[in-house]
Formats: sequence, C-alpha cells, structure tokens
Amino acid sequence: MQPAIEVRQLTKKYEEGTSGTLALRGVDLDVQAGELLMLMGPSGSGKTTLLSIMGCILTATSGSVRVAGREVVGLREKDLPALRLEHIGFVFQGFNLFPTLTAGENVELMLDLKGASIAKAKKRAEELLEQVGLGEKYGSFPSDLSGGQKQRVAIARALAGDPGIILADEPTAALDSHTGRNVIEMMSDLAHKRGRAVVVVTHDSRVLNFADRIVRIEDGAVAATQESETVPAGLMVHSLPEAALGLV
Amino acid sequence: MPPLAQRNLFHDKVRLTVTLTGIVFSVVLIVVQLGLFIGFTTATSGLIDHSGADLWITSKNVPYVEQGVAFSERKLNQVRAVPGVADAQKIIAHWTQWKRHDGGEESVQIVGMNVDDPLERPWNLVEGRVEDLKSPDAVFLDELYKQKLGVTRVGEVFEIGGYRARVVGFTRGIRSFTTSPYVFTSFKNAQDFTKLREDQTLFILVRVAPGADVQQVRRDLLGHVKDVDVLTSAEFSHMTTFYWMFTTGAGVAVLIAAGLGLVVGFVVVAQTIYATTMDHIREFGTLKAMGAPNSYVYKVIMKQAAISALIGYVLGMIVSVFVVQASQKGGAAILMPAPMAVGMFFLTLAMCVGAALVSINKVTRIDPAMVFKG
Repeated sequence: MQPAIEVRQLTKKYEEGTSGTLALRGVDLDVQAGELLMLMGPSGSGKTTLLSIMGCILTATSGSVRVAGREVVGLREKDLPALRLEHIGFVFQGFNLFPTLTAGENVELMLDLKGASIAKAKKRAEELLEQVGLGEKYGSFPSDLSGGQKQRVAIARALAGDPGIILADEPTAALDSHTGRNVIEMMSDLAHKRGRAVVVVTHDSRVLNFADRIVRIEDGAVAATQESETVPAGLMVHSLPEAALGLV
Repeated sequence: MPPLAQRNLFHDKVRLTVTLTGIVFSVVLIVVQLGLFIGFTTATSGLIDHSGADLWITSKNVPYVEQGVAFSERKLNQVRAVPGVADAQKIIAHWTQWKRHDGGEESVQIVGMNVDDPLERPWNLVEGRVEDLKSPDAVFLDELYKQKLGVTRVGEVFEIGGYRARVVGFTRGIRSFTTSPYVFTSFKNAQDFTKLREDQTLFILVRVAPGADVQQVRRDLLGHVKDVDVLTSAEFSHMTTFYWMFTTGAGVAVLIAAGLGLVVGFVVVAQTIYATTMDHIREFGTLKAMGAPNSYVYKVIMKQAAISALIGYVLGMIVSVFVVQASQKGGAAILMPAPMAVGMFFLTLAMCVGAALVSINKVTRIDPAMVFKG
C-alpha cells in the first residue's frame, strides 16, 4: 500500500546571510494510513521542520516528499495551500483557535474553506463536536473552555476537512497528564479506528505507549526508530522507550 | 464564512472606537470642506445661474459678474433686432454703499432689473412680492443679512449710494460669496444707487426663442453688436466661479482641507486596521496553515475595512447633516447635494479599503510555519 507520506533523502537548509543551517540531512520516512507515529528529539533537532515540510507548510531544499501520492518538493508556494486543505489537518500545541469565534464557528471555518454551505457546515460542526465529546459547547468561546476542551475543538477542526493525514505539534504540552492522555487516545482512535495517518511531535514520554512507531530525530537525521512491539500498549512507562531511544 | 471579520472588529471596543472616530472625523471634514466648496461655488455664480437667461452680453473682457463695465443701453435695441432673440433685458450688478441707521456703512451689491420681466428676478421670497419693487426706492434683501445691514422689518428706510431705499421684502438663502450682500431693486433705482448714467447698463440678458440655436444666436449677436462679449450663462457662470474659487485661492484652500481630511482618515484607519491585523496575525497564520488561500485572508481584512467604512460613514453623515443644517443660518452655506452624499460613501469605502491594503501587504508575507513556533 502506498504510504500516506513518503519522505526520501529530505534536506532542508535555512539560509542565514552568506552561510546557512542544515536543519534536515537526508531524512527517509514513511507514514502509513492507520498509523500513529511519534516524532521525538531534543529541541532544534529538526522534528518541527520535518513536520512542517510533511505538512506542505515549508518547502524542502532537496529530496522527495510525497503526500497522498503527490510529489510536493518543487511545487510552487501558491500550490501548497490547496494541498494542505485537501489532505492535511493540523493540531497545534497552543490550540490556535480563533478566540472571537465560538467552538462551533471554529470548526465551521474549516468547512467554509472547503466550500461547504452554511447549513451543511453548521450540521457537520455539530456532529464533529459531538464526536469529540463537546456537543454542548458549540456556542462557547475558547476563553470559556479548558485546555483539554480547546484541544478537542482543535481536533474537531482538523477533522472537519476530512483529511487523510493529521499532523500534531506537541498536542499535549499544554495539558495535564489526564487530559493529555485523553487527547492522545483520541489521536490513536483517529489512526486505528478511522484509518488516518497521524504524526505527533512530542516531548511527552507519558503518551509514548500509544505510538505504533517512535522516530527519534537528532541533528536533522533519523537517529532511531522504535516499533510498537517494543512499546507495549497501555503501559505508562517512562523508562522503556526513553531508555530504548536514548532519551535518558 | 463564519463572522471572523465582524468578531475581530468588535472584539476590541477601544480600537474600534478609534477607527470609527478617525473615519467619522474624516467624513465630516471632507463633507464640510467639499460642502463649503459647493456652497461657495453656488454663491459665486448664483446670480447667473438663477437669471433665467441663455446669453449674457458684457463689455469686452469682463472676467466675472461683479466686474461689469458700463456700456450704452442703446445696444439693447440692437440685441432685440437679432433673429432668435425672444427677450432681452438690461441688468445692473454693481457694488455700492449701504448706510445703516447707526451711521455705519456696509458694502452691498445692487442687482437692478426690469421688474416686469422674468429675467434676473429675486427668488426664494419669504416676505413681499417682486411687484413691490415697482414702487420708487423699493429694495429686497436676504434675511441672512438683516443684522449686518441693520434691518429689522419691511418698511424700514435706509440710504444706498446717497439715495433713499425702502425695504419691501426679504429672500431666503441668497448668499453672496463676498462680504457684500445682494440688494435687489428696479433698474432705475439701481442706476441711481450705483451712480450709473441714465443711458448705460452693465449687462444685457438674452433669452433665445424656443427652437433657436443658442450658439447661432450668439454668433449673430457678435456680428450685429460691436464691442461686447456674448457668453452663454454656463460660460459666464464658470468664469465667475473660476475667478473666485481659484484665482483668489479660496477654492484651493477648501479643497486642500478636504484632501487633508482624506489623508487624516486614511492614516488613522490604516493604522488601526494594521494594528488589528497584527493583533490577529497568528490567527491569519493559522488560517493559511489550514489551507486558506491568501484571497480568503484578504476577504476577512477587506470585510473589516468595509464594515468600518459603513459604520463610520453612517455616523459621519449623521454628524455632517447637523453641521450642514446649522450652516444654513450662517453666511457661508455648506451644501450637501445627494450625489455628494452618495459619492462620500464610495470615497469612505475606498479610503478604508485602501488603508486595508497596508495590512494585506503584511498578511501576504506571513509564514504559515509561524503556527509551530510556541
């Protein structure tokens, strides 16, 4: 089966004056539909850059990135938004909800971008909020929601475009352990029950046991890969994966 | 589209107030200055525009109506003999002195006409009849200038150019662009008041016969009557307006002030919309990351600008209407004809949308990758 995301020999160089910083050095990575992949690594290792390129937000310097079967390296910047809209949903560390819109309207915004009518967008937004357990919060503004609720609204928004790929940047970083676990469970369901390819950048060792695969990035390259067999599901371990990946 | 533009706009009440204040200030300033310009323009050429004449015959090279030069009234018969001339009347429009009861003097502009003829009669009468001007020494003046000329009621007697003058009626809203009010009277009285010789006039007004070609009649008049200029009312009106508004600089001053109003409004609106955009820059970045094309983000910003323009315009026009109303009691009228009110809406919209372009330029350069930074 063709991977949802296929990365080959990916490099990214940030130009700074006459010199430059090589953020990614020949990364190879596949992400399959129905898989929950977690990217780990120290700050500045290149994982967010990798996520951004897989999310068609950043352009690569060289290599190949295929998203939903389409080569994105070499595409013009103006062609990327349509690709994001079609295939990718984002979940951010800081939720990035629109504070002046209600939870429902935040979800509707995504549907509006996809061209849904007002009535259809409203109905679908209600359904999505229901699915993430926030059916009664449709008219609530983000300022009236807890961190976990905000992140669930963000997930509902990411799902609104019905993307095959969900990319999440530190989705549990701003949440307590219980809420963070709920959010990751939701991500896991998206992968395992709904067949989405889910990539999560995280530092949160508490959620690693939900991953099908953990990829450790160091100095812009894949340093280690841990398959799910060595990450027992439901085990709230700190030592095993961290030790296995050299985090401790 | 969810109401992102409206919510962003109304979310920060203080900033919205500043934006609307800037727009309202700009609208009022532009309306007042353009209204003054139109008011001045109307006042400068009012005598010509209300004359009812098709053609004005003047001495050679008279630049504007207040600068008439006397010529023989025998030319009136020559004019009447030209084919296509339906009516021709001699007119006087000239400055002289009005003596108040307290001994003070004011400059006035005498307008003398044939009371039996429809050409150049006083208009907007509020007291008295035009026929009252047939009586010796009778004059009409505008109620706006009662205080200036020391007049309180019909029947009062004054002195104009050393001759007795009796007020027989009042007009309303006939303003003079200069400080000298118009005083309407019969041609005979006007000759006395302005010390014009009995066989002289300053202008001859011509109404062409129905169906006659004005330009042809004009050419015929120039061929038959020597040492005069023959101008259409529109030409003479334009010459008079141009003289007062541009040669004296008065018009340029109000137009510059109107332009300044536009600039001030533009700067205030641009600054506040830019600040609002910067406040929401992360949200616009999120929108772009979600896959929104630039045009979608532009729409949000443009909508904010358009809503600001609409509210600012309505509030600005409410204030402007009060200012315009209040000005009707003063010497300088601010006029706001319907096309100007409609034009102001589009000008306000253009100002706000133009101001929003500054923000759009910023949003265009947002890197959507910013959403991953903290």
